[in-house]
Amino acid sequence: MILQEADNELTIDCLLLAGRIMIESGAETYRVEDTMLRMAQSQNMLDAQCYATPTGIIFSLGKTQPTRITSISSRVTDLQKIALVNSVSRRLTSHIITLDEAHDELKSIQKTNYFLPIYMQVLSAALASGCFLIMFKGGWSDFPAAFIAGGLGFLVLVWMNYLTKVKFFSEFTASLIIGLIAFFAVKSGYGAEIDKIIISSVMPLVPGILITNAVRDLMAGHFMSGMAKGAEAFLTAFAIGAAIAVILSF
Amino acid sequence: MDIIVQLIVSFFATAGIAVIFNVPRKTLFHCGFVGVVGWLIYYVLTEYGMDVVNASFFGSFVVAIVAHLYARRFKMPMIIFIVAGIIPLVPGGMAYNAMRNVVEDDYLQGLQYGLKAFLITGAIVMGLVFAEVFMQLIFRGIYTSKMKIRKVYKR
Repeated sequence: MILQEADNELTIDCLLLAGRIMIESGAETYRVEDTMLRMAQSQNMLDAQCYATPTGIIFSLGKTQPTRITSISSRVTDLQKIALVNSVSRRLTSHIITLDEAHDELKSIQKTNYFLPIYMQVLSAALASGCFLIMFKGGWSDFPAAFIAGGLGFLVLVWMNYLTKVKFFSEFTASLIIGLIAFFAVKSGYGAEIDKIIISSVMPLVPGILITNAVRDLMAGHFMSGMAKGAEAFLTAFAIGAAIAVILSF
Repeated sequence: MDIIVQLIVSFFATAGIAVIFNVPRKTLFHCGFVGVVGWLIYYVLTEYGMDVVNASFFGSFVVAIVAHLYARRFKMPMIIFIVAGIIPLVPGGMAYNAMRNVVEDDYLQGLQYGLKAFLITGAIVMGLVFAEVFMQLIFRGIYTSKMKIRKVYKR
């Protein structure tokens, strides 16, 4: 009996860890609940209940065990971690790996940083901004300005996130820098259309994953999570818009 | 010629966004491809005079269908393929124009652009949802017909 209870503890730890990593990397909440319940059922916990929100997870095993809560405060977008946890849960539910192996694997996933080095991210943000300029029917002569503005804007975003941990502030500063670069590029003759440069350089900051997740959560019936993520997306959009408005009002 | 440039450029733009969102390395190319397909539909439809709202709907519809097929093939969550693909369709230009007109004290014009941006966002969302339901119905149809064929064989 005691042995079985210890076993249950490990299972709950494992499930909560999986759910936590998924939410921290930006997965949809309905998918998190689905994954956790599938894993629980594969471990013979048939009446497990789970309630996930973007700020925390509540998990209960029924009558015998106390309910467990884990709270989450920071969320980033890391799709690779979601894919990795997904594959662990697939292998656990089809009994290819044991619970212990799954727990170890999840722990190492949580510790590892899967992001590319910063300069690669900045380069790809810069390249994406330049390409967006062409997609929005800008001229090739504006390409360098958008390239530099997009790259520097993303660099400032990462740096400010590291310094202050306030998302709204870092997004505001990043778009302010983008607006300034575009403004001076046009002033000094290196760019032609300030509108196109700003729009394309701001694209890497757009909260695409939040919007998608919010909608998919709403459609799956998770209204709380959907509204919360919608609010987060709105805050980001507002930060970008406010900074651009400051630049334009000069 | 113009279309070929748009294809190449949209591939790099979507793949760049995918790197920022840190998609798994082996799916980077496929994420770029999803973005190319969505942008191609949107671009061609708007070039032939369709309204941007309708074009955004069809663009995101196709993005979600291709993403669904890739998600089945790679056995990975669908969101990995969707996210980068819909970024080019997001109405950044409209929102910018709305903000610009509001700053210039032209609230009526700003409201007009803002509403248009809102409509486009709604169209993207509808495209995603419709495609998901559509694919579920199709795969359910395939599954049940397989089961029926199996029953016939057993007899």
